Amino acid sequence: MEHTLTSAHTGEHPRPEKNYLNETTGIWSWMSTLDHKRIGVMYLVGILTAFMIGGTFALLVRLALLNPQHTLFGKVWVTAEMYNRFFTLHGVVMVFLFIIPSIPGSLTNVILPLMLGAKDVAFPRLNLMSFYLWVVGAIMGVTSMIVGAVDTGWTFYTPYSTSTDGTVSLMVMAAFVLGFSSILTGLNFIATVHKLRAPGMGWFDMPLFVWGMYSTAVIQILATPVLAITLVLLAIERSFGIGIFDARLGGDPVLFQHFFWFYSHPAVYIMILPGMAIISELIPTFCRKTMFGYRAIAYSSVSLALVSFIVWGHHMFVAGQSQLANVVFSALTFLVAIPSGVKVFNWLSTMYKGNISFETPMVYALSFLFLFAIGGLTGIFFATLSVDIHLTDTYFVVAHFHYVMMGSTVIAFFGGLHYWWPKITGRMYNEFWGRLGAVLVFIGFNMTFGSQFIMGSQGMPRRYFNYLDQFQPIHAFSTYGSWVLGVAFLITAINLLASLKTGALAPPNPWGGTTMEWMTDSPPIMHNFHDQPVLEREPYDYRPKRVTHV
Amino acid sequence: MEWLRAWMLPPQGSEFAKEIDFVYMGIFWLSVVLFFGIVIPMSYFAWRYRFVPGRVTPHQTHNTTLEVLWSVLPLLLCVGLFFWGLVGYLKYIVAPGEAMEIQVTAQKWQWAFEYPDGTRSLNEVHVPVNKPVRFVMTSVDVLHDFYVPDMRVKMDVIPNRYTQIWFTPTVTGEKVSTCAEYCGKGHSDMRAKVFVDTQADYDKWMATGGTEYTQYPPEEWGKIQWERKGCQTCHNIDGTRSKGPSWKGIFGKMEKLNNGSTVLVDENYLRESMLQPNAKVVDGFEAIMPTFQGLLRQNEMDGLIAFIKSLQ
Amino acid sequence: MSTTPADLQHGGHGADGHDEHNAYHQHHFATMEQQFDTSKLGMWLFLVTEVLTFGGLFAGFGILQGRYPQEFIEAHEHLQRLYGATNTVVLLVSSFTMVMAVLAARTNQKKKLLVYLALTILCACIFMCIKYVEYSHKYHEGLLPFQWYSHEGDGIPGSHGYQAFFSFYFMMTGLHGIHVLTGIGFLSWLMVRASRDEFSSTYYTPVDLVGLFWHLVDLVWIYLFPLYYLIS
Repeated sequence: MEHTLTSAHTGEHPRPEKNYLNETTGIWSWMSTLDHKRIGVMYLVGILTAFMIGGTFALLVRLALLNPQHTLFGKVWVTAEMYNRFFTLHGVVMVFLFIIPSIPGSLTNVILPLMLGAKDVAFPRLNLMSFYLWVVGAIMGVTSMIVGAVDTGWTFYTPYSTSTDGTVSLMVMAAFVLGFSSILTGLNFIATVHKLRAPGMGWFDMPLFVWGMYSTAVIQILATPVLAITLVLLAIERSFGIGIFDARLGGDPVLFQHFFWFYSHPAVYIMILPGMAIISELIPTFCRKTMFGYRAIAYSSVSLALVSFIVWGHHMFVAGQSQLANVVFSALTFLVAIPSGVKVFNWLSTMYKGNISFETPMVYALSFLFLFAIGGLTGIFFATLSVDIHLTDTYFVVAHFHYVMMGSTVIAFFGGLHYWWPKITGRMYNEFWGRLGAVLVFIGFNMTFGSQFIMGSQGMPRRYFNYLDQFQPIHAFSTYGSWVLGVAFLITAINLLASLKTGALAPPNPWGGTTMEWMTDSPPIMHNFHDQPVLEREPYDYRPKRVTHV
Repeated sequence: MEWLRAWMLPPQGSEFAKEIDFVYMGIFWLSVVLFFGIVIPMSYFAWRYRFVPGRVTPHQTHNTTLEVLWSVLPLLLCVGLFFWGLVGYLKYIVAPGEAMEIQVTAQKWQWAFEYPDGTRSLNEVHVPVNKPVRFVMTSVDVLHDFYVPDMRVKMDVIPNRYTQIWFTPTVTGEKVSTCAEYCGKGHSDMRAKVFVDTQADYDKWMATGGTEYTQYPPEEWGKIQWERKGCQTCHNIDGTRSKGPSWKGIFGKMEKLNNGSTVLVDENYLRESMLQPNAKVVDGFEAIMPTFQGLLRQNEMDGLIAFIKSLQ
Repeated sequence: MSTTPADLQHGGHGADGHDEHNAYHQHHFATMEQQFDTSKLGMWLFLVTEVLTFGGLFAGFGILQGRYPQEFIEAHEHLQRLYGATNTVVLLVSSFTMVMAVLAARTNQKKKLLVYLALTILCACIFMCIKYVEYSHKYHEGLLPFQWYSHEGDGIPGSHGYQAFFSFYFMMTGLHGIHVLTGIGFLSWLMVRASRDEFSSTYYTPVDLVGLFWHLVDLVWIYLFPLYYLIS
């Protein structure tokens, strides 16, 4: 098999008639599929729907805060109860239905086996089951939104969550089911990486995307069970009252926070590591240069995964845990900075003396570097104990984690989506509209959340429906930013959807990538590769000595 | 750069706030430097090494010196920052021994404050300037968080346990404290005014006994005083005799005194009986009642009289 | 042939040409060994999540025990050690028969495999019967979890120590019991497949994996027994 690595690649095989998208037809052939690419596509549809729902709630939240009177065209249109539900649903949908399953479920499902030169993930049936668990979780979540209401915030803090009305138990059980979906995905990827690498591919021959997703999977299987049992205990507490978390029965509300963050802090890395993993693919490809510090990036992914388990207490500096714990967690939290910094410096060094072009994915990657730098650096404020006391639970936190979760992970996700779109769908999107979308996302995002840093440091607490008039101009500015974001995503969505009809047929390797997914057709055939690919060069090798062999 | 600090951070209401701001601004400038340290090379590389067809890139896999450098330097920086933050934190957790203690009880969605002398107030607290004050806080329902931005202090308020914060206000005036832990519908309206008074203003405010009396009609306020000040140990309100006469139906009656004379029980007699209880003792009772001179504020006395009047 | 439709859809191509004779060979594995190793790795990972799930409950129990040390000791007197100890022995025996079943599968001894699987199921059923007797005792005494707790004359009035103890007792032994029942289901499924001659020395993955699962169930009980029955 020939695989030259230029963008002019045409391939030895003519584009086959049959690929994984049209090999079999009919709804049932999709619903019962065991093919990782199809499951990935179904996940993609699902999580993008969730992103749309979560995004709608985000726009409503911003709209509610447009002015302190909560008026629209002179009429009051939203109450505090509605607002509390909006931000809760925004959080729950974005965290549990979108961002945690987003990159693992969709892009990774399609790409990871291709990158390893495998025909599928290790356990195709589990993969399908994981998707259906996601669907069940999503249905439970949406049901609880429709039949009742949840106003606890996505953190479900006790005793508020055990005492408020509404369908909290159903929502909590939805998160429980989604947790299992996440566990099965992680389990599958670990087994796949261990056992299904192409002949000749050692651990340090794997693309860095795989390293990132491997680290993510480790967190998924180690942290999620604890969340699962915590949520069950919460639901039991709510229904029966056993007195673990409920202060009225002698329980300890702070204990819930420990349990919760023991999962949910690692979960932050379930969200960000995949984003970093994607950027580690985009940068060498569009700089046409080998990755600088490959091993350092690989190790930094794993060490971030490990460190993520010992820093959960930094969410609780003012929550009433012991002061010694605060000091220890503060010290440990600073450790996060090192591997994050290592990654950024290596990405920058990769750009040095590169041959850099600015296709849409690279625009997203540069925007990631910019936003992640802000997201990461503002983290230092929170790790520093004395400053954290002033800033925690304010808009500064809101801005900080949106810079990391959305400015980094979501931006990386869209970068990756554009990068692999030709591979997944076999079509090229319109480059102009793609770039425009990326630039507008960047502008809208900074408007929406950059302004929130100022509000936060000025002392505006989060989850506030009514606010002091002094914050009105900044709140309004932030809301205008959210509209720019909305338009940007709309443009992106239309561009991608339009490409399905009108886009040019994609060549197997449109960007000149070096990893194995580019060695097969776009879209790939049902079994991924015509022949078993064999690794002959390390990834990101852009030396002119091209491998052309039979 | 004071304007920048003033733009980003609330007014400084205490020495502690100044210290926190110093650390905040330190990290801010450090972040600015690091941010441009990332973004300027990124932009420069993006422009300088923009795509030229056919250009070959060098095969640089790693550089151990550089990589060690950019792992170790940030680590040292972080160690420094950790200790810098720790210094401020230690001040935040250790209140001076002489600090005045105010009990705070939070519930949906109000703040109740109680002073050492039993004075209470709602959603409003007065503290004297330049004196350390310690807030000992608990919640009766869900989590709340007492946050005074101007003082840069914040602490969760938790049911079934006590948490504390302290500060020494240095600037007089009205500040605001907000609830910073989500607690439901009224979360964003759960504010209290924090008045930093001069000692004279503070004394004046304490003389009126807080704001609690404004929440009750006088009779009810009187009943609360009957319980709180210990009247109920000697005076029943159901007509039965105790160490002192029952208050039921006493108002407007002519009482026989132990010196043989009689007196009309009116406002003035009641007032006198509280301040100089043994001047006119009702026949059949011992002169054992202590004076409440200095222990009852005007509004409390008014309340008690109104309460006695209502017991007919 | 007893391949599932999914197997046919997915594995019918055999493009790689290895082990074509084995109907259970999934197409995305190069060899049966690779497939077996992968399944086993997957099972181990699953067991890790199981341990963590029970771990959360153990942590919760530990925290409440710290809060009500005296009441937990008193409450455990209501549990019958003899039943607990018998169950421990029963499960240990079943672990042994399970090991023998795996060995039998690996060495193509169908009859032995069936006998040992049956013995394992028998042990599991004995365990469940004893558990039932224990539960019904608790039920009659009102030693029930959550708000159904109605035992008279225990503990400090207004304290929830007894209730918490029995809430955790039922949650943890209940979750364990569900695992035993699941195990019985899997073991019966193995017996059906074994009787159809589906296992051989080249393909006995399900037997091996159920074996691993069963050992975990056993192991959890070995921790539960001293935790609840032998508090001191």
